[in-house]
Amino acid sequence: MGKVIVVTSGKGGVGKTTTTANLGTGLAELGRKVCLVDADIGLRNLDVVLGLENRIVYDLLDVVEGNCRVRQALIKDKQFGDGLVLLPAAQTREKDAVKPEQMRELMTQLKKDYDYVIVDSPAGIEHGFKNAIAGADMAVVVTTPEVSAVRDADRIVGLLEAAELYDPKLIINRLRPDMVRKGDMMDIEDIDDILAIPILGVIPDDESIIVSTNKGEPVVTDKRSRSGQAYRNIVRRLEGEDIPLMDFQEHGVVQWFRKFIGVGGSR
Amino acid sequence: MLEFLGRILGTSDGSKNKAKERLRLVLVHDRASLSPGLIESLKEELIQVISKYMDIDETGLEVNLDESDDSVALVANIPVKNVKRNAAKKD
Repeated sequence: MGKVIVVTSGKGGVGKTTTTANLGTGLAELGRKVCLVDADIGLRNLDVVLGLENRIVYDLLDVVEGNCRVRQALIKDKQFGDGLVLLPAAQTREKDAVKPEQMRELMTQLKKDYDYVIVDSPAGIEHGFKNAIAGADMAVVVTTPEVSAVRDADRIVGLLEAAELYDPKLIINRLRPDMVRKGDMMDIEDIDDILAIPILGVIPDDESIIVSTNKGEPVVTDKRSRSGQAYRNIVRRLEGEDIPLMDFQEHGVVQWFRKFIGVGGSR
Repeated sequence: MLEFLGRILGTSDGSKNKAKERLRLVLVHDRASLSPGLIESLKEELIQVISKYMDIDETGLEVNLDESDDSVALVANIPVKNVKRNAAKKD
């Protein structure tokens, strides 16, 4: 029996879809069987991030409405085949087209065949959110180190608890170590202080994410990128390994100089 | 010059403290309003405790979060009818 993980956020545009794609691809790379579900109905995007947009025949709604069998709607990944499949969102319908009970039933079914079912949820706190979290075993909240995103993340944490989905984990996305050093961006500790939920990982802001999204190949497979490494760390934490958070402090000359003149960083 | 050095070496006081402080304040409100029951149950328990010492007008009781520039305070307005004579005695 697999595990259903829902990827949420309060504010839009903080990287839920990118995170879903990378966690799924990373887990598939480790040999796990993964099903990704795009629950952002009306704003289908996960297919594009994975580079599978040309292969869609049926979608999530076709499945819950019985127009096709689940198997027919699942799209196999280019690289991992049966090991990584996508159930795309319906593009032409409203957010509340799927009912929580239908979603729960679908999750129960998918869990039997896959080690991980990862659900990309719509931003915000309306119907779409409630549908997306139905049937989930665990929630991941994505935020960026900005006041508005952290505030909305806090609200989502409250709503998840109200929905009896306890113990959510946090991913801090687009951290800029250079700005943190200057004291112009909240750091991991600050956010941990405020939200007080366990941190699953921290992704540095990285141009290679944009490049990989352009190509439709999740960055987690790029062995040279920092953000790819950060995602691979998260994947291993999901698998139960104890991996320390990445060290974002600079090395080399600047650090040496700082030590030399005896001033501490703002970390 | 010093400020410039501080800036590149990361020792100056940047905007993040401002961000953190604003966030802290806004969350006090968000979290309080997220559970409307919170203020209600606080009221009930306040009444219980204060009634041990004074007769109060329960219907006139007001409890609010009050925000000034850089802090949030819990403000309770509790009309007192009578102070009990043997209030200091433990029961």
